[in-house]
Amino acid sequence: MSTTVKSQILDFIRGRYPQAEINESQDIFALGFVNSLFAMELVMFVEKTFDVTIPNEELRIDNFRTADAMSRLVSRLATDLAIA
Amino acid sequence: MTVIGVIGAGVMGVGVAQNLAQTGHDVVLVDKDERVLQEALATIGRNTRMSRLMGGPALDPDEVLSRITTAVGVANAAKADLVIENVTENWDIKREVYETLDAECGPDTVFVVNTSAIPITKVAAVTGRPDKVIGVHFMNPVPAKPAVELIPGFHTSPDTVQRTRDLLTAMGKKAIDVKDSCGFVSNRVLMLTVNEAAYLVHEGVATAESVDEVFRSCFGHPMGPLETADLIGVDTILYSVEVLHEHYADSKYRPCPLLKQMTDAGLHGRKSGRGFYTYDTQN
Repeated sequence: MSTTVKSQILDFIRGRYPQAEINESQDIFALGFVNSLFAMELVMFVEKTFDVTIPNEELRIDNFRTADAMSRLVSRLATDLAIA
Repeated sequence: MTVIGVIGAGVMGVGVAQNLAQTGHDVVLVDKDERVLQEALATIGRNTRMSRLMGGPALDPDEVLSRITTAVGVANAAKADLVIENVTENWDIKREVYETLDAECGPDTVFVVNTSAIPITKVAAVTGRPDKVIGVHFMNPVPAKPAVELIPGFHTSPDTVQRTRDLLTAMGKKAIDVKDSCGFVSNRVLMLTVNEAAYLVHEGVATAESVDEVFRSCFGHPMGPLETADLIGVDTILYSVEVLHEHYADSKYRPCPLLKQMTDAGLHGRKSGRGFYTYDTQN
């Protein structure tokens, strides 16, 4: 699952920044891709695509720096959902 | 307790209401359309939730929203100590709003005109309180922008200037003093730039992407003029250019036909999902 999640997230970022060469471990905040509007689009995309609701306390930059980090967040939320 | 009236729940009104509420002010947010007000509250909830991720303060959406009440009709701002008006940049619409506000609000209520182009002295003249009318040009997105243009009109009193300064300070804003002149500093320059950029696309000299790329890559601007137009709203850009054109009667402000066509076609930018660029419409 996580590979798919990661690749879907990467596809989304590459769709917005076609010239960018990014991989799953690159910090998209440090690369300067993330402005306030893109951050919101990213959260909306993750919530909608993977059918999760990200709790407010998880909306931290550390959870969104890389496709890896976002993928881990999605897995964690999906697990919580399964337990609940 | 001080209550701030916010008139108009469009892009700017929503930003102003959020900024006020998140800095501890009680807000009455007014629009002519209940549906727009409900969308405004949803947007504020979403934006406050996103605040920390976007480099802002950590905010509790419920707490911010608890400080905002909504109402249909300008007269509902009657009890406000200060009103910030953010309706469409259209003189006839603004004039009607100020006539209503002047009739409904107490004599000490200050009217803050949030405009990108309309002269403050002209607005003040339709009220019976020209000393209590002042301009503040907020930038979008309001909660994220650290500065505003502060524009006293011809008759604005020092007390009104001070009350407005105090509120801006409480909102976390730096006020940059500018004299009253149609378009002030920001839009005399920005609207001409966007209009000329639209002409370049209209004439086929460059694509929107290329125009913006020149500004980003060559000048180091974070956004190009046409991305900025989409963010502000293509319709708002057109109205602002038209206001400058009408006010100065100078052909250098002639609106690009492409802006008119896009406005007529509903290509209003990010808020409508499509402008010079196409956007996902989930928000």
